[in-house]
Amino acid sequence: MTQIPTSRHSAFQVVTGFFSVPKAMRIGVGPTIAAVILVVIVLAAVLAPYYVPFNPLEMNAMSRLKPPSEAHLLGTDPYGRDIFSRVMTGGRVSLLIGIGAAVVSVAVGLLIGLVAGYFRLADSIIMRIMDSLMAIPAILLAIALVALNGPSVTSVIIAITVPEVPRVVRLVRSVVLTAREEPYVEAAIALGSSMPKVLLQHLMPNTFAPLIVQGTYICASAILIEAILSFLGAGVSTEIPTWGNIMAEGRSYFQIKPGLIFWPGLMLSLCILAINLLGDTARDILDPRMKKREV
Amino acid sequence: MEFKSKDFTDAKRVLKIRGLTVGLTGRPNADPVLRGIDLDIRAGETHCLVGESGSGKSVTSLTAMGLLPKDALEIQGGSIDLEGIEITQAKPAQMRALRARRIAMIFQEPMTALNPVLRVGEQIEEVLNMHSDLSRAEARARTIDMMEQVHLPDVERIYAAFPHQLSGGQRQRIMIAMALILDPDLLIADEPTTALDVTTQLQILKLISEMQERHGTAVLFITHDMGVVAEIADTVSVMQKGRIVESAPIRQLLTAPKEDYTRKLLQAVPNLDPRAPRAPAEARDVITVDGLEMTYGGGGFFRASQGVRAARDVNFTIQPGRTLGIVGESGSGKSTVARAIMRLIDPTAGKVTVAGTEIAKLSRRQLQPHRKHFQIVFQDPYRSLNPRWTVARSLCEGPINFGTSRADAMEHAAELMELVELPRDALDRYPHQFSGGQRQRIAIARAVAMKPDLLVADEAVSALDVSVQAQVLHLLDDVQEKFGIAMLFITHDLRVAAQICDEVLVMQKGVVVEHGPAGEVLAAPRHDYTRNLIEAAPGRLWDFANFRALDRTAPATGATL
Repeated sequence: MTQIPTSRHSAFQVVTGFFSVPKAMRIGVGPTIAAVILVVIVLAAVLAPYYVPFNPLEMNAMSRLKPPSEAHLLGTDPYGRDIFSRVMTGGRVSLLIGIGAAVVSVAVGLLIGLVAGYFRLADSIIMRIMDSLMAIPAILLAIALVALNGPSVTSVIIAITVPEVPRVVRLVRSVVLTAREEPYVEAAIALGSSMPKVLLQHLMPNTFAPLIVQGTYICASAILIEAILSFLGAGVSTEIPTWGNIMAEGRSYFQIKPGLIFWPGLMLSLCILAINLLGDTARDILDPRMKKREV
Repeated sequence: MEFKSKDFTDAKRVLKIRGLTVGLTGRPNADPVLRGIDLDIRAGETHCLVGESGSGKSVTSLTAMGLLPKDALEIQGGSIDLEGIEITQAKPAQMRALRARRIAMIFQEPMTALNPVLRVGEQIEEVLNMHSDLSRAEARARTIDMMEQVHLPDVERIYAAFPHQLSGGQRQRIMIAMALILDPDLLIADEPTTALDVTTQLQILKLISEMQERHGTAVLFITHDMGVVAEIADTVSVMQKGRIVESAPIRQLLTAPKEDYTRKLLQAVPNLDPRAPRAPAEARDVITVDGLEMTYGGGGFFRASQGVRAARDVNFTIQPGRTLGIVGESGSGKSTVARAIMRLIDPTAGKVTVAGTEIAKLSRRQLQPHRKHFQIVFQDPYRSLNPRWTVARSLCEGPINFGTSRADAMEHAAELMELVELPRDALDRYPHQFSGGQRQRIAIARAVAMKPDLLVADEAVSALDVSVQAQVLHLLDDVQEKFGIAMLFITHDLRVAAQICDEVLVMQKGVVVEHGPAGEVLAAPRHDYTRNLIEAAPGRLWDFANFRALDRTAPATGATL
C-alpha cells in the first residue's frame, strides 16, 4: 500500500518539503495572485513616506473635497488632505497592528501552551484562566484600555492579543498532548534528555506548522478589528491615519464623497482576502489531510 | 500437518484476472504497481495472496473491488472477469450493484470499517435495504439470522450495540455478517485477522471457512502470515514487487517451492521450536524485578475507584547475555511491565533493581543518571525516530546527555552504523528516507549507543515483514553476544519468542501464569492458557524453513497448574 499517497511516509515528505523551492512553486494561481497583492500592499505601506505626493496630515482649506485630478489622484477630503497619501500611509499602522498582534499572540500562546501541554498540574490551572480570557470581547477590552491609557497602537495590540492568546494556547497544548505520546519522545526520555530539551527540541517543532497557519488568521482578524476599533473611535488616535480612521471620518461625507470610504475599504478587503488565502494555502500544504478533502 | 487438498478444477470459475496492470494515475511511463497479474478463483476455493508489504496484494484486491483511489492509481491494462462481467470497464453504478451481491470485502481493522455512531445491527441491515427490497421486519429477521450464523452471543443485545461496545473479534464477526448477508460469490478478506490476538484469530479463521462451506463462497484471502496460509489455503499465489512469482496448491508450495523468492520467504518464517538452550550465565543479575504492580486510575478525588490492575506481582531476574521473553495477548499487561521498568510510567508497587540501583521509587531527576543502564526499542519504527532529526543527531542525543563530546559521539555513531550494517552516509539522512527494517536498525543503534546493561524490546519486530524480522532478530542476537546485554523481549508472537528467548514468562490479564525456560514452557506448557496460545498459533506443526512437518512429539496434555 506504499503507493497510495495517504501513507504516513508521504505526509512527512510533504511537511519536510514545504520550504523547498519546487513545492512552493506549485501553489497555484489564486495563492500566487494573493501573494503578489500582499507584497504590493506591504511595500506600498512601508515605502509610503518616500513616494506619496502630500503630507497625509497637511490640511489645506483651499482644496476641500476636490474630485480626483492629476495632483490629487483620488481627490481630497473635507480638510483638503490628499486621500491617496492618507490611504497609502494608513496601511502602515494597520499592518503594524496586524503583524504585531499575530507575533505577540503566537509567542505568548506558544510559551503558555507548551507548559500547559507538558505539565499535568499546570494544565488544569492554565486552561481555566485561558477559558476566562476567551470570554473577554476584544472591542470591549479596547474601549476600556483606551479609556484608561488613551488611544495608542499598544492598547489596540493588547486588546486584540488578550482574546487571541487562549486560542493559540489550546492549539499548542493539543499538539503537545498528542506528540508527547509518540515513541520518539519516550525514547528521548529514556535516553536521559532533560525536560527542557524534550520540550524545546522534540515537542515544540511539531507546533510550528499549525502556528504559521493560525498566525495568518490572527493577522487578518487583527487588521479588521483595528479598523473596527478606529471606526468606533476606540482605536488609534484620530491624528494618525489608519484605514479605519479614514473610513470613520468619511462616514458623514459618504454621499458627496464615497471615495473616502471606498478606497480604504478596498485596501482593507484586498489585504485581508490575500492574507486569508495565503493562510489557507499554508494549511493545505502543511496539513495534507485538509488538502485531500478538497480533491 | 493436514493441508486442504480438495481439487477445484471442475468448480465454476468465479474470478478470472488476466494480465492486470495498475500504475500511477497519469504516469504511464512510471514503474507500474502491478505488472501483469493472472489469477483464477473457483467457487468454494480459498486462494491466499501472500507477500511482503508493498508487494501489491492490497492493490490487487482493491482493483477487483473497483475501489482504487482514482487520483493515485489507475488500471493500465488487462481484464478482471467476475462471472462474465468485465470489472475494468464497469461504470460506478454497475460496480455498486456488484459489490455486496457478487463480491464483498472485509478489512484488517474492523473498528475503522464500522461506523462508530450507528448500531451494528442497523449497519448490517443497511446492506439489505440498499440492495434488496425486503420489508423492514424481513430485513431484521434476516440480520438476526446472519448474526447467529457468525456465532455472536446474545444477538438481540449486540444488534443494538455500538461498535466500541464490542471486542475486536466480535467486530470482525459483524463485518463478516455484513459481507456475507447477500450471499456474494466472492469474498475478499484483506488481512482480516492481523489486528486480532491469536486465539481470536483462530476463531475468525474457523468462522470464515465454516461460512465458506455453507455458502460455497470463493475467498481471496490476503495475508503476510505464512502460518495462516498453511491453515486455510487451497491454493496460494506469492507476490513480489507487483508480480505473482509463484502460484500453486498449498501442499506443493510448502513442500516443494519452485521459485527462489518463495524459498527465501518461507525460510524466514520462524519455527515454534524453541532455540537450543544456552549455558546459564554465572554473572550477577542485571535486573531484578520484585513484586511489580501497576494499577491505572483508581484512587479518585471524590470517590475511590478500583482502577485497572494492569500488572500484578511480577517477579523475574535476567542475567547478562540472556533473554527473557514476556508473551501474552493484548491487554495481558506485558507492555505495562516494559514501560514500568523503563520508568516511562511509575509503578504503583514493587522493586526494580537495574545494575545495582533500585529505580522504581526514584524521582525523575534522581533517575536521570541511571537512565543509561537500560534502553528500549519500540514497536513502530515509523514513529520511534524524530522525523525532523537526522540519524546522526538521533544517535548522538543519548551520549551527549551523559557528557560525551559531540565529536566523540559522532565517531561512535559512525561505528554503530557499521554494527547495524547501514552505510555511513545514512547518518546525514532523515528517517523517512529509510525502510521500516532500516529504521528499526537505527533505533537499535540508538539504544546500543548508550552501552546499556539491559535492552527492553517492546514488540520490536512485530511491525516488520518476516524476512526483515529475521534480520533484525539476528542483529539483536549479535548485539547481545557482542556486548553481553541482558534483554527483555516483549512479544505476542510465540514463534519469535521461541527463536530468541532463553526464558519465557506468560502473562494473562496482568498475572504471570507461567514462567520457565523457553524449551519447557513452549514444548510442554503446564498452564491451560499457555496451551491455548500455542495451539492457536497458526501453522504451528509445519517447519516452513525446511519445507516439512515439524519433528516434535505432541505437547503433553493433561497436567495443569
